[in-house]
Amino acid sequence: MNTKIKKASRHTNQSEGLIFEKSSPGKRAFELPPLDVPGADPAKALGANHRSTGIEGFPEVSEIEVLRHFTRLSTWNYAIDLGMYPLGSCTMKYNPRVNEFVARLDGIATEHPYQPQELSQGCLKIMRLLEQCLLEITGMDALTLQPAAGAHGEMTGLLLIRAYLEKQGNPRKKVLIPDSAHGTNPATAVIAGYEVENIKSESHGQVDVDKLRDLVTGDVAALMLTNPSTLGIFEQRIPEIAEILHAKGALLYMDGANMNALTGVTRPGDLGVDVMHLNLHKTFSTPHGGGGPGAGPVAMKKILEPFRPVPILVEKEGGRLVLEPVRPDSIGRVKAFTGNFGVLVRALAYILAYGPGVRQATEDAVLNANYIRKHLEGAYELPYSLPSMHEVVFSDALQKKNGVSTMDIAKRLIDYGFHPYTTAFPLIVAGAMMIEPTESESKEECDLFIDAMKSIAEEAATKPEMVKTAPHTTRVRRLDEVGAARKPILRWKPAVPRSEAAD
Amino acid sequence: MRYLPKSPAERQEMLGAIGAKSVDELFSGIPERFRLREALKIPGPYSEAEVIQYFKERAAENSIGYASFLGAGVYNHLRSVVTDAIIQRGEFLTSYTPYQAEITQGTLQAIFEFQTLMCQLTGQEVANASMYDGSTAATEAVLMAERVTGRPRVLVARSVHPEYREVLKTYAKNSGLRVEEIPFTTSGTVDAKTLQVALKEDVAAVVVQSPNFFGAIESYAPLAEIAHAAGAMFVVVIAEGLSLGLVKPPVEADIVAMEGQSFGLAPSYGGPFAGVIASRDKFVRQMPGRLAGQTTDSDGQRGFVLTLATREQHIRREKATSNICTNQALCALAATVHLTLLGKEGLREMAEQNLSKAQFALSELLKIPGVRRTFDAPFFNEFTVEMPRSVKILNSQLLHEKIIGPLALGTPYPELTKHALVCVTETTTRAEIERFAGALKNALQRPI
Repeated sequence: MNTKIKKASRHTNQSEGLIFEKSSPGKRAFELPPLDVPGADPAKALGANHRSTGIEGFPEVSEIEVLRHFTRLSTWNYAIDLGMYPLGSCTMKYNPRVNEFVARLDGIATEHPYQPQELSQGCLKIMRLLEQCLLEITGMDALTLQPAAGAHGEMTGLLLIRAYLEKQGNPRKKVLIPDSAHGTNPATAVIAGYEVENIKSESHGQVDVDKLRDLVTGDVAALMLTNPSTLGIFEQRIPEIAEILHAKGALLYMDGANMNALTGVTRPGDLGVDVMHLNLHKTFSTPHGGGGPGAGPVAMKKILEPFRPVPILVEKEGGRLVLEPVRPDSIGRVKAFTGNFGVLVRALAYILAYGPGVRQATEDAVLNANYIRKHLEGAYELPYSLPSMHEVVFSDALQKKNGVSTMDIAKRLIDYGFHPYTTAFPLIVAGAMMIEPTESESKEECDLFIDAMKSIAEEAATKPEMVKTAPHTTRVRRLDEVGAARKPILRWKPAVPRSEAAD
Repeated sequence: MRYLPKSPAERQEMLGAIGAKSVDELFSGIPERFRLREALKIPGPYSEAEVIQYFKERAAENSIGYASFLGAGVYNHLRSVVTDAIIQRGEFLTSYTPYQAEITQGTLQAIFEFQTLMCQLTGQEVANASMYDGSTAATEAVLMAERVTGRPRVLVARSVHPEYREVLKTYAKNSGLRVEEIPFTTSGTVDAKTLQVALKEDVAAVVVQSPNFFGAIESYAPLAEIAHAAGAMFVVVIAEGLSLGLVKPPVEADIVAMEGQSFGLAPSYGGPFAGVIASRDKFVRQMPGRLAGQTTDSDGQRGFVLTLATREQHIRREKATSNICTNQALCALAATVHLTLLGKEGLREMAEQNLSKAQFALSELLKIPGVRRTFDAPFFNEFTVEMPRSVKILNSQLLHEKIIGPLALGTPYPELTKHALVCVTETTTRAEIERFAGALKNALQRPI
């Protein structure tokens, strides 16, 4: 074992097949209370639509086997609970357990979206307070909590812009997107019915304002801007960018994926942003859960308020809250029911725990990113030198000379006990290494990460093969992704009995 | 602050290492005039106990202690504590999307198992790793049919969940897709004759739900035949997944869009749930969302990876099949654990209890003078009845008896004023059903 690997050591973990392979007829893991009404005859009640036999291949296992199966699988995952998860742009911060607790309370988790609103005032007050907090944080005028994730929020935001422009007579044709943007931005613009025009960044990684001035014509509906950019750099000319757009009747959309750099320090509403989404599963600590659920509230200026998706939360006299299902100018409904309510609960619990002190979280996030930047400069190439906010982007240019890529370094980090940083993004940096530590990391954890990265840089120079074949300590080695895509196996199927196979 | 792991001295030390005099210097990239000088006006900081207290107070303002007969796309089913114990394991809860396969095999294998379970339930060949919910899954299924067929019209049964149809219309508005609705018959099922007439060579998809919004179960084969004869795709929406324990799967469908809430997910005032898209192997490259696939590592061991990513936004950008990135992975995991716990027998037994209790509830309600069944199609755990008076007024009287009555259908379906959608699951006790029927009878006996 490499003595420089301090954070991790090897240990045994359990092997485990697919649950379907453990199944044996007659076993069960769940029992229902006895039926207290006369049993109906399904064949009679459902007629020709009756599924007369059980589902072939469906699992038949006991409770302990289910628990062990999923517990064993869980031990094959890396997680924030195990250590630093420096995925740039993903804001993998601590997920407080009290948030999980309150989301599961009777009276919160148990509530039905169609129950009478007089019996839902608790739920509606939670939504109202979250709206107020997010409006204060963003400096905007109105908000919708409906979108289920960031990309869903982007779509909602662009539909708001479209509806607003349409109301003025012309929805326009194009959305401008910098080449450093997340892939969801162009994919969303298309869903909202717009053509995408990419803008090349200038030499410091910022929006090329002069070029923008030429590009903003009467055909442009909006610019989708991530701020800080995916390079972790604040767009210093953002007020000017907003002015250029507004002068031509276009609007400024801000992708709020990187709001962890700004919360409590500056407000997008004050910077000229017209509409933005927030990723509650990033900035506001709701757990990623292996890919979701999230929530993507959209905050907007007054001019877009009439177009908000239904239902709209309204405060009546005496403080009574109601959800109104119809608004004449609304873009319509973007999701059934009341947003990802359980995620909203967790986000509010997070905000209440900090209060105005949430600024300290932002400061610590920026402090961590800059501390790591300072210590890794020299060991890795820093392609853009403007001040970093909550994340820093290096490149593999120095290691590339020995044939070691950002992906190789990322995989080697696993052996050192860390989750990799984001690889190969943003696209404007060749061999990008995008590091976002978040405020949740102690100085000690940051130091371990710095040591690991320096050690890997050394290995890349002296024993590149070691890095190129990493990881060496995981239960599986690098997986054949090409083979997986060429002949996709996307589900388990029962083995064909031998006698049939022989036919 | 308890979530932040740094002492004041450590912060100073780190600032020193960076060469910054103050924290403010770290924000020098933000123009001075835009930096907030005042504290945000938000409540807090709250200790853990205060956070819990706040939410307990809100919970007490909701519906604790009421018996409910609401379904309509969100169902109250038994959930084992085992499911919650597993999804609260930090290794699942606090892990990211499994892009780094070597250290996310747990999530990847669980997704692979989820995909398998969804195929087994729906009778389809391939299922994705989840969509936001049933409504957006139904919408994405239609957009998928549009990509496959290149046709501009879609025929949607009016008996599809009203909110699902609204979401579809929001998305369709800008994709040039024309959405038209197909009425229902006096049995409560899709009007096949009108469907036949409306079907032309320009129709991308025929969309039906079963059990539909009225609880009525559709017969797939004749509808699929009509759709396929015109070259349209047959899309089946399932809002109550538990029905698949007892009702034949839509093997005739080209795409199935399902809501997975019934599989171990709490009602949670409307989310988070888990949408599913399942389809045929031949359409997999037009599917939206993530897919986990089986492969081998460099030592030849079985392992799993996210695959066919060239459909997705992070690779294809404006040419992607969908803009979805974050999905509902933890909800899909909960569904996987829940269905594994239920198993072959448990799924069937739970479904049978729903059927039996709904049948019992209907027979109790039909004993009340003036209450009639609206439609005669077979149903699973929801059915529609006509009341002799306004459902809204009756429901407000039921509230005095601590009963949340059935959904009034008059708002989404003006022709069904006085009709109510009643839902009964395995969690509804006989005593609750009898109490509901008794209270309803009393309310109807009172003068208007």
